[in-house]
Amino acid sequence: MISLTIDNRKIEVEEGLNVLQAAGKLGIKIPTLCYHESLKPYGACRVCLVELIWPRSSNIQASCVFPVQEGLVVRTNTERVLKTRRMMLELLLARCPDVPRIKEMAREMGVKESRFTKKNDGCILCGLCTRVCQERMGVGAINFINRGSDRKISPPYDKYSEICITCGACKVVCPTDAVDLSKVTLNKPKSIKSEFDANLAQRSSIYIPYPQAVPKVPVIDRHTCMYFLKDVCKSCENFCEANAINYDQKDETKELDVGAVILSPGFELFDANLKQEFGFGRYPNVISSLQFERVLSASGPYLGQILRSSDQKHPRKIAFIQCVGSREVDRNYCSSVCCMYATKEAIIAKEHEPDLECHIFYIDLRAFGKGFEQYYERAKELGVKYTRCRPSAVREVPATKNLILSYYPDDSEEKKDEEFDMVVLSCGLNPPAGARDMAKLFNVELNKDGFCRTGKFTPVETSRSGIYACGPFVEPKDIPETVMEASGAASKAMGLLTEARGTLVAKREYPAEKKVEGEEPRVGVFVCHCGKNIGGIADVPSIRDYAKSLPNVVYTEDNLYTCSSDTQKKIKDMIKEHNLNRVVVASCTPRTHEALFRNTCREAGLNPYLFEMANIRDHNTWVHMKEPEKATAKAKDLVRIAVAKARVLEPLQNRFLKIVHDALVIGGGLSGMSAALDLANQGFTTHLVERTGELGGNMKHIYYLVDEKYEPQKELLSIIEQVRNHSHIKLYLSSNVKTIEGSMGNFKTTVETQGGDVEFKHGTVIVATGAEEYKPKEYLYGQDSMVITQVQFEEKIARQLLSKSPGSNPSSKKQELVATSLPAGQVGNPDLGSVNSVTMIQCVGSRDKEHPYCSRICCSMAVKNAMKFKKLKPAADVYVLYRDIRTYGFNEVYYRQAREAGVIFLRYKDDEKPEVARTNGKLTVTMNDPILRKKIALNTDLVVLSAGTAPIPGNEELAKKLKVPLNQDKFFLEAHMKLRPVDFSTDGVYLSGLAHSPKNVDESIVQSCGAASRAATILAQDIIELDAIVSEVIDANCDGCAYCIDPCPYHALILTEYMKEGSIKKTVERDLALCKGCGVCQATCPKAGIVVNNFKLSQLMEMVNATLEPQE
Amino acid sequence: MTESQTSTTEGSATETFEPLIITFCCNWCSYAGADLAGTSRLQYPENIRIIRVMCSGMVHPNLIIEALSKGADGVLMLGCHPGDCHYLDGNLRAQARVEAIELLLDDLGIERERFRLEWVSAAEGPRFVEVIKGMIKQIKEVGPSPYKQ
Repeated sequence: MISLTIDNRKIEVEEGLNVLQAAGKLGIKIPTLCYHESLKPYGACRVCLVELIWPRSSNIQASCVFPVQEGLVVRTNTERVLKTRRMMLELLLARCPDVPRIKEMAREMGVKESRFTKKNDGCILCGLCTRVCQERMGVGAINFINRGSDRKISPPYDKYSEICITCGACKVVCPTDAVDLSKVTLNKPKSIKSEFDANLAQRSSIYIPYPQAVPKVPVIDRHTCMYFLKDVCKSCENFCEANAINYDQKDETKELDVGAVILSPGFELFDANLKQEFGFGRYPNVISSLQFERVLSASGPYLGQILRSSDQKHPRKIAFIQCVGSREVDRNYCSSVCCMYATKEAIIAKEHEPDLECHIFYIDLRAFGKGFEQYYERAKELGVKYTRCRPSAVREVPATKNLILSYYPDDSEEKKDEEFDMVVLSCGLNPPAGARDMAKLFNVELNKDGFCRTGKFTPVETSRSGIYACGPFVEPKDIPETVMEASGAASKAMGLLTEARGTLVAKREYPAEKKVEGEEPRVGVFVCHCGKNIGGIADVPSIRDYAKSLPNVVYTEDNLYTCSSDTQKKIKDMIKEHNLNRVVVASCTPRTHEALFRNTCREAGLNPYLFEMANIRDHNTWVHMKEPEKATAKAKDLVRIAVAKARVLEPLQNRFLKIVHDALVIGGGLSGMSAALDLANQGFTTHLVERTGELGGNMKHIYYLVDEKYEPQKELLSIIEQVRNHSHIKLYLSSNVKTIEGSMGNFKTTVETQGGDVEFKHGTVIVATGAEEYKPKEYLYGQDSMVITQVQFEEKIARQLLSKSPGSNPSSKKQELVATSLPAGQVGNPDLGSVNSVTMIQCVGSRDKEHPYCSRICCSMAVKNAMKFKKLKPAADVYVLYRDIRTYGFNEVYYRQAREAGVIFLRYKDDEKPEVARTNGKLTVTMNDPILRKKIALNTDLVVLSAGTAPIPGNEELAKKLKVPLNQDKFFLEAHMKLRPVDFSTDGVYLSGLAHSPKNVDESIVQSCGAASRAATILAQDIIELDAIVSEVIDANCDGCAYCIDPCPYHALILTEYMKEGSIKKTVERDLALCKGCGVCQATCPKAGIVVNNFKLSQLMEMVNATLEPQE
Repeated sequence: MTESQTSTTEGSATETFEPLIITFCCNWCSYAGADLAGTSRLQYPENIRIIRVMCSGMVHPNLIIEALSKGADGVLMLGCHPGDCHYLDGNLRAQARVEAIELLLDDLGIERERFRLEWVSAAEGPRFVEVIKGMIKQIKEVGPSPYKQ
């Protein structure tokens, strides 16, 4: 090691480094243009000059070519150095007066104008390009030619190079961006597009694929890396201080024995190149929705700024074109997500730039998901424009690269040409690339569009048993449905693997914990450089030395990366060697690294809660990059505050919860039964409570599906049969949940049955209480017997089919099923014999003021019943009056079929509802047709109302009992709309079916299996380990004032009394299973009678005092 | 007063006054927002010292009073936006205490402006910086703490 002094700071470095590198280690930045870590220094630019101080003299030297020497004294910012550097800059500026980097550097150094004769050149002759080409790439395609003032960089003989490999390294290293590859060679370079940025940006051959990558480490693209292609370069090795680059890693083939397979390869965005009429790929400002998503992202190609590809300017008007690659003859399905993602992108774009105009061109706006309709309304309020028109083509204005769309504004007859700055194509979802290969490999069937074939009643099962599928591979779908389906597939797989459950889990063994109670704190402080992230700004050695001076600190060290595995081992060794009983790491954020370091402590036999972190990177060096001294001082403060807390940390034990393995399912409809069956099949005893006297719920009223191969009543009977006969299911009919006490793992429930109250314990709850059809108040419903709902219509059709089927065998099984399931009492007119025209009205009790949500299923139901009736009576007129037809996913096929079969779809405007009247004995529906721009009257025999799905009135009472929330529409509210669609925020309680939101048969089954899967993650365990950060009652301090009880968000506290020394002592008791450690109680208590472990008031007080401690 | 301030508080008092602001950040939203400001390399003045708590609802009024009466120039409390609280409504409990804290401050002759409660989500790096800068400006206007040791 060699020690030297730079700017009065001493440093020890390895032999062989140069002065520039040594200064870098101290965080001293010396400007340079021609230095590159992976190349031999050359000393060409002369900007990195420093002054070397000798005993009797000093001289100016280029720091990049001067090796470190023992005792060397260097000054990097003396007046002499700065003056000489300014002279160098003046010379460079004269040569390259227009190069931004030179101008910027000159400005920073105070050089305004060069006194020398100007030459207009971009190249400063630093030779970086020739060096990288020769040294790293081993090519030597370019070099210096000529002498004196004619000297320049060129291929030999000033001719195009034939040996150039177009790797682009010369262009990358050039400090002045002077390399023009097209002047070097005729060979064509290939740019590497960033896949994650949807080709809007370039990436290098070694890269982190995307910001959320797990693990977040770079990978090398072997198809483009010059080392793998030509055995050259290896530059990245020089940069990596952690020596983590490994060129020898190989792909491995591993064999696994599995009992079930889940296929979830996702989807691929429709290739907009196939839609040449929109100019994608030809017009730079026509981009795909995924590209626009990247444009909006803070980590995207423009760092979150909305810019056009052509000129990097802010667009003022953006058009979105919907259904690109969806709802057409070749791809006869709706991609389900594009309407909402376009709406989202428009809202976010407007949040970025409120004056931006966003204009969405659509066919039907399909905002059918939970909360989507309200989101769509909000978008309109925010000024997003929606026009129901599909432009047929996009034209470019060559001069401005703006784009012209022709469309008919809001049903007008006049065609309008409008200019936009940017067009976003809302591309649909295609099956993933490789789906066909995967299907072949696993021998599962695909449908005609190439998605995985599953069944309506077996929505996650492929055609091959034991192989399940989920996500958009099955059908295009949104995030919540994907998450539900993933859990559902897991549930089915677990049903197969019940016996093998847990057999492959390796338990982690930890050494015995050493006792620290009563010991004087012995704190070890580890300060991290985090490469250059901390060390490049703050003075880490001085922070380390400062830590040593703090009370109770017995050991300190600094590490290049404290989180690396070798440092982890070092920490463990030091805990033992120095008998440390508290550990402080000063590095990054505890949100990512606390768990790692706690585990390290635990592995060394130290209680994991005796650990504290000081965040000197995210909260310090990263946010004070230009103030290194202040950052160093602040880091010292943060270390002192962390040590102050560490001194008073106490060992804590994680809580262990014993789990009752039984489950409770509330609701005996399709959802409840599906969930109960899945749980029972996994071996858990399941209590199924149904308030009515029979199982089946709403499913009892579904007699056929739009896909005629299914027989819903037969399926239902089979499910009921399985539930009734399952040995693990305990059925309670005509019963209600009276009370539920306890929490995850240990609930106690009383069920009110006809035979009296029954009490049992269970570990989880699934809410599957369903919903009901809205009872219309409008359109003469209830007043006129020929105005009925879709459910009633379906019953009539089923009855008619039954009586009509000619020559049918009355004892046929199918008929029997339908016959037995039809209700005895008849609704309205008994038969459809006299009905020759039917008018359906959509959105009755949906998308209005009282019910602001979309009921999701009514459009498909109308299509189904319309087609069925048409089949029954081909000559009959069937009209469907709608606002948007929302036949999402594969239901689109049937919408098309219905139109082909002659069903007439007429749109009415949101604010012009149709009117139903009976005059002179005739039923008439009148409406304004926005396309004909005329009022039309339909004489009709029957009016069928597509009544929405309404929450059941009992939801509020049950929500109170379970302490779970409802949303504004009185449906149950999940923990997270997107990512936790079957969980409640209360642990151990899950949600499925119509109680969550309107949905159809397969979606109900999927969510129920998902709920069962989530419940099983708890039920499958004997004991659950929970964090120790919970509240603790200090009985001696508590006087039972009960201030803390009401504020507790989890109802985890109760007031109790006991006899103490002959008198009644009031105190508070805390339910360990309910407490989550939020500490609201602690802040409410006037007497320190209740505290939160690890965040005790006294511990926080130490931190405050340490912050305010006066410093020398 | 802490080490980083010693150099700057010398000289004329108000011109070079660099306040020390203790900032309580809840673990789930505002602490993450502060992390995001770092990850995004947003630069802000170094006057704040962050103390991590699990929820803004766990910060006892005594803690704030203690900090301000021992010389902190300001105390900033940051929690999740209403409706986003990891603990359902701990942040609203914190909000409910603000008035009581202000009355206590009045008793001690400490300006109410020295304490502030704000919401910052995990995605709001820029807002975190904005709030910090706003608080620093506010405290600079109020001046150094009368309790400064």
